[in-house]
Amino acid sequence: MSRITECFNNLKSQGRKALIPYVTAGDPEPKVTLPLMHALVESGADIIELGIPFSDPMADGPVIQLACERALLHGTRLVDVLDMVAEFRKTNQTTPVVLMGYLNPIEVMGYSAFADKAKAVGLDGILTVDLPPEEAGEFNQLMKASDIDVIYLLAPTTEEARIKQICAAGSGYVYYVSVKGVTGSASLNVAEVADKLEIIRRHTDMPVGVGFGIRDDASARAISEVADGVIVGSVLVNKIAELAGNQEQIPEAVAAITASMRQAMDK
Amino acid sequence: MPTKEDLAIAKQMPDAGGHFGQFGGRYVSETLMAALQQLEQTYEKLWRDPQFQAEFDHDLAHYVGRPSPLYHAERLSRELGGAQIYLKREDLNHTGAHKVNNTIGQALLAKFTGKPRVSAETGAGQHGVATATVAARLGLECTVYMGEEDIRRQALNVYRMKLLGAEVVSVTSGTRTLKDAMNEAMRDWVTNVDNTFYIIGTAAGPHPYPKLVRDFQSIIGREARQQCLAQTGKLPDALVACVGGGSNAIGLFHPFIEDADVRMIGVEAGGYGIETGQHAAPLSSHCRPGVLHGNRTCLMSDEGGQVIGTHSVSAGLDYPGVGPEHSYLQEIGRAEYTAVNDDEALHAFRHLTLTEGIMPALESSHAVAEAMKMAPTMGKDQIILVNLSGRGDKDIHTVAEIDGINF
Repeated sequence: MSRITECFNNLKSQGRKALIPYVTAGDPEPKVTLPLMHALVESGADIIELGIPFSDPMADGPVIQLACERALLHGTRLVDVLDMVAEFRKTNQTTPVVLMGYLNPIEVMGYSAFADKAKAVGLDGILTVDLPPEEAGEFNQLMKASDIDVIYLLAPTTEEARIKQICAAGSGYVYYVSVKGVTGSASLNVAEVADKLEIIRRHTDMPVGVGFGIRDDASARAISEVADGVIVGSVLVNKIAELAGNQEQIPEAVAAITASMRQAMDK
Repeated sequence: MPTKEDLAIAKQMPDAGGHFGQFGGRYVSETLMAALQQLEQTYEKLWRDPQFQAEFDHDLAHYVGRPSPLYHAERLSRELGGAQIYLKREDLNHTGAHKVNNTIGQALLAKFTGKPRVSAETGAGQHGVATATVAARLGLECTVYMGEEDIRRQALNVYRMKLLGAEVVSVTSGTRTLKDAMNEAMRDWVTNVDNTFYIIGTAAGPHPYPKLVRDFQSIIGREARQQCLAQTGKLPDALVACVGGGSNAIGLFHPFIEDADVRMIGVEAGGYGIETGQHAAPLSSHCRPGVLHGNRTCLMSDEGGQVIGTHSVSAGLDYPGVGPEHSYLQEIGRAEYTAVNDDEALHAFRHLTLTEGIMPALESSHAVAEAMKMAPTMGKDQIILVNLSGRGDKDIHTVAEIDGINF
């Protein structure tokens, strides 16, 4: 059983939902990421989504675009991100880590080289925003062979036949993008999300994480009532941006946000 | 050299998934997949629909002013002392470039799909102007994304778009040029996918865009082929066109793919020189395949897969990728790609203006420059057909600046 599946199973038996924070690796500087990951876990994060910085993050709003720019300014490459996962694994063998990003850095590294390295460092999942299942044949095979879960996005515009197809291709969990838009954009409509999740669940037993538009305790709690996982990104990255000049404060300040969300979700 | 069978296959590309060999495809975030599938279905149906074809042809004739002439540049040819240079005069189209062939087609698709709003990215502003133009004509709301750096370089076109009723959004992220404008246009589309038709300006992007843009632009090559036969009794020896994303080039090349004796030469922006790294020439600098803006193609990216900033004097060629069909035509050996530097393009701009009284766009000047290099090495009975993809009025400001003249 993959670490991700085990994590969701444990939570389910406790009647709790997964809190999944996203931060961009290397933002604002590479040395901040590792302490930040540990602080997120201590604050109650169940899975960490670590963003691979990319020069052209087409599905992201300004907050994460700027995070990518900061990380790239300090030369954070995909190999460095994988090294961060290796470092994290030295002291934490239980919290799943998922890399999230765009295909080109992986394409340039080579799928096979990436799969080998990902397995070696103890990565659990990969989510490439711009790689739909139609183009992912070889990629999926190589990741599966390395026991890396391939996590796919579902969107409000995804029709039922396609939901079925995507769920069949993925593993670990599916990520439901709750709004039409880029990351950090509009606020979400919980009732609409609940309706869509009902359709998604007809086609998969995999846990469903919901992201985009979760910005505070109230929205985290509301989504935790209908989803298996709550994915929160831009609000955390915003805090990192605010504290870019006081980097030593970042882990504690960001973890305070997730701790508060954790409490709201567990109430 | 590709065989006759290879060329027959090449002519039929892309496959059902939008692949040109290993290139092309549909690499986008899930939110856009439904819209792209719908666009593909609409397009496949309408492109075969006689009523749609009739409307497209009518607009090309009476609104764009097609067919555009094929002009024998006799003085230039005589001076160069070799091959005869013929210019396909896309600069004479309404709005001054080939871009309008495509926006007419895509606006018709927008009309048939009932979307009230169109969006576009633009580099030099020619595609933005062509989009704003068709939007004005059809009464569609229009938003154009343009890099801050290009807005500075192409102030005249920015004002033209505004006069046409379009909103021009300055893009300040990344390198502030065409690639970043395209990122922002994709973000707009993800957000407004229900009411917006995204009019991509070049033969790139996710399937079906590379195919449909090529089909709309292929009018260039179909006309040129007929005109050349009618005027000279034979096919040209070589086709020359500039390549940024490559829509004017693929429009010229595609109808000639199976004419194996006709060389196809795509001219990329060499900027300060390929050896300096400051260029926009992924094909002629042997870039590795990568994924950007929805398709797999040759892409200028670094060892870590980050897209590299480009440079060209011409905003319309200042792009790190290239349409996937060009990557494919290079791979199978059907088309050749080379680069022309800024200074060579500027020289060609001035030279064509002085010898023929035709002021080419800086983009098209790259093709002219390559033809000027080739002609003296060829016989007087040989023909080079150059796609003069746009007129140079928009670039007068840039050239004047280089001359130290301030208006």
